[in-house]
Amino acid sequence: MVNWQAFISQCFNGLVLGALLALISSGLTIIYGTLGVLNLAHGAMFMLGGYAGWVAYAYSGSFILAVVAGSLFVMLVGVLMERLIIRHFYTRPNEDQLLVTFGLGIVFVEAVRFFFGSLSKTVTPPISGITSLGFMVYPTYRLALLGLVTVALLVLYFVLYRTRIGMIVRAGIEDSVMVESLGIDVYKIFMLVFGIGAVAAGFAGIVNAPVVSISPDVGESILVQAFVVVVIGGVGSFPGAVLGGLIAGEIISITSMFNPGYAYVMLFVAMTLVLVIRPYGLLGVAGRE
Amino acid sequence: MNIKHPFIAEILTVIVLVAAPFVLPHLGFSLTTVDRILIWGLFGLGFDLLFGYIGLLSFGQSAFFGTGGMFAAYLLTEADFPYVLTSIVIGAGVSGLVGYLVGLIALRRTGIYFAMITVAIAEVFFFVEFNPLSAFTGGENGLPGVPTPSFNLGSTKLNFDTDLSMYAFLAFWYFVGLVVALRIVRSPVGAIFRALRDNPLRASALGHNIHGYKLTAFVVAAVYAGFAGGLLAVMQGFMPPDAFMFDTSGQLVMQTAIGGAGTLFGPLVGAIVWLYLSDFLQNALHLGATWKLVLGLVFVLLVCFLRRGIVGAIIDLYQLATGRRMTPEPIETTEPIAPPAATTKVQAPPRPAERTPTPILEATGLTKRYGGLLANSDIDFVVNHGEMRGIIGPNGAGKSTFFKMLTCETAPTSGRIIFEGKDITGMSVADVCQLGLTKSYQINQLFDRLTVRQNLRAAALSKIRGKFKLDLFRSLDSVPGLDDHVDQTLALVNLTERPNTPVSELAYGEKRRLEIGLALATEPSLLLLDEPLAGMSPGERVETVALLKSIAGGRTMIIIDHDMDSLFELVEKVTVLQEGRVLVEGTPEEIKINPKVQEAYLGGVHGEAA
Repeated sequence: MVNWQAFISQCFNGLVLGALLALISSGLTIIYGTLGVLNLAHGAMFMLGGYAGWVAYAYSGSFILAVVAGSLFVMLVGVLMERLIIRHFYTRPNEDQLLVTFGLGIVFVEAVRFFFGSLSKTVTPPISGITSLGFMVYPTYRLALLGLVTVALLVLYFVLYRTRIGMIVRAGIEDSVMVESLGIDVYKIFMLVFGIGAVAAGFAGIVNAPVVSISPDVGESILVQAFVVVVIGGVGSFPGAVLGGLIAGEIISITSMFNPGYAYVMLFVAMTLVLVIRPYGLLGVAGRE
Repeated sequence: MNIKHPFIAEILTVIVLVAAPFVLPHLGFSLTTVDRILIWGLFGLGFDLLFGYIGLLSFGQSAFFGTGGMFAAYLLTEADFPYVLTSIVIGAGVSGLVGYLVGLIALRRTGIYFAMITVAIAEVFFFVEFNPLSAFTGGENGLPGVPTPSFNLGSTKLNFDTDLSMYAFLAFWYFVGLVVALRIVRSPVGAIFRALRDNPLRASALGHNIHGYKLTAFVVAAVYAGFAGGLLAVMQGFMPPDAFMFDTSGQLVMQTAIGGAGTLFGPLVGAIVWLYLSDFLQNALHLGATWKLVLGLVFVLLVCFLRRGIVGAIIDLYQLATGRRMTPEPIETTEPIAPPAATTKVQAPPRPAERTPTPILEATGLTKRYGGLLANSDIDFVVNHGEMRGIIGPNGAGKSTFFKMLTCETAPTSGRIIFEGKDITGMSVADVCQLGLTKSYQINQLFDRLTVRQNLRAAALSKIRGKFKLDLFRSLDSVPGLDDHVDQTLALVNLTERPNTPVSELAYGEKRRLEIGLALATEPSLLLLDEPLAGMSPGERVETVALLKSIAGGRTMIIIDHDMDSLFELVEKVTVLQEGRVLVEGTPEEIKINPKVQEAYLGGVHGEAA
């Protein structure tokens, strides 16, 4: 009844999507955990990454250069956004932070629409063809995508868990007041974290661009999915974002195999189950709102 | 909300609504645009109750707007149901029901979690509308052919099929929606909404079922959204599927923020600005799709610089022009202000004061463990009716943890708490407060954006109305005994001269007294006071001790404090805690000379200055 070949292939798609969501959601959750700001413009960062990569690719013809240039660009946008606007919102109510990042997200989307139009752009994959994995054949670029995203997640893990900055960031997630009283300039760290968080989404946007075509609205559904991932995994938890991402990716892919219309419904069911059973997320800690 | 003219908002609205169709077309608004403004304004009324008054920022209102509109449109087109208004009402009802179910899930969390969950839920509705339910909703085509309303009034038939009559129909319903929202805001429920926004923990500790009130606001917002959705279908003659889109929720949020949240008129003003600008930018300046970029920039600037939106700014300007604030401190010349200590005549204690040696509170084997740390260990503790008990102990002895367990703010790891013969272990803090046990906090937990009177009202309402009551349409002024109750408490804590001062402008000592007043206003039979003298000057201490003596009159109280001289003056019996255990219990005289106590405070291994 079920085509096993297709099923395994779909599971693999879920893995790729899950890894992407894990990366994007990590960025979202690190920013929230450290700065206490939920960045509603995070989806726009994903979109900006795609466009920046597309422009750099068109000019240079080198995909690697496009990835690097795109990442740097999104990092710059993130840092500027923090310096110029977000910084003034740390002491303001949560709702104001949501409003301003929501507004910025719209500005980014509409600015891209203004410069590049509403029509979607396609990025040709730097590697074409398919690869046989023995049990199935799979597009080579998607395999490369999985590899790239995994490497990015490992780099993020390394930065968070093996460097001095990462230690401060994780300490800041636990208790930013305490970190500040230890004489560490948290504001400098905040700027960096915002940049790193933005890059996580921007990088995902570039490397994913050859798989799906890019349009100004491409970040919206990504943002919603990242929210579900964070709710499932637990706010402020990097491992939670990875686990949540993989779960969400598989749910979307496997449900889509039967009926794409129900993908979100199933995602929502999973989120509700988590909220009922573990209100703070699978790997979340109580008391963090 | 202006006391001199209680219905000024309603009257002004009627005037504006009547004048609008004759004035606005000259300013470049088409009547259709005005109609859309009214629908957005009505949609926003419910959202503002949720966001502006409770502080719950939902990005998922499109789900209810779409559901209400789609349900009404389905009844009127596919189901051939002939009654337009009834359909809209049914749609709004269904939307409210859906809102209740969604609220049960979304309100499990607050803050940003709530925002994220509402976004996700709205997205689900969008997909469900487009795919599984497309047979009913028309999928991406929507439902065309929605009829205009008409009413058979016996001899004549009232049709709303012209532009002007449709405007009248919408204006009427906007006005109804506004009157209802204003009544809710002015009701006891509205007062609790505001308290809840400022400090949900304290609102709950004062005995209010905050989850119930949040859910109420969520359902009310959903009903408003559903009703507005139905009106949209009728106004356009077509139910568009994009009502379900995230953009709809976003536009509502932005319009409300532009206009000013927490004002009820904000969403309407925001809609005027939004729709006018979008028309103007697209048609007059021929900006095409760029209009949204301009509006986005305007919005970001507004959020950055005009925190309270346009209506908020107008109110601020008005206050600046007319002197300090809308409700200046009334000078109460009717009666001479009682001297501070003369509070003895006020208010009989809530329970009979005879000194029966029956226990009011019995805790047995109370233990609290935080991971490896044992905060409280096997505490047995009995307090009798009418007793004044003191608790002392070095820092870290577990005094505050002990209080938190008694009021059920935190659940004990093991042990039982019996209050008035009832096992309250594991009950909610609100239930315990309703039973007559509450505390004043070590660190002030006030409703900072409200006035002294509003603070005390929020507390007194819990005593008068109980944990949860849906008197949405009752005026706060008509709650029997509320003002007397508040005035008595004001007198008790010596704040009679400051009823309309915002908490943020009070002196520290006054805040401290209000903190005690909040607990007192719930008329507890057992009052816990966690370091009532903390941070006070010597003068304020003397005053507060006198205050505590005056309110004692038969109440049972347990007081934690480090100021032993003051404490020993107040209480009859003292319990000493050390390292989470009861070290010793006795009269102040016994405690003063007890060598163990002296060692705990001054010498020994664990010596720590109190």
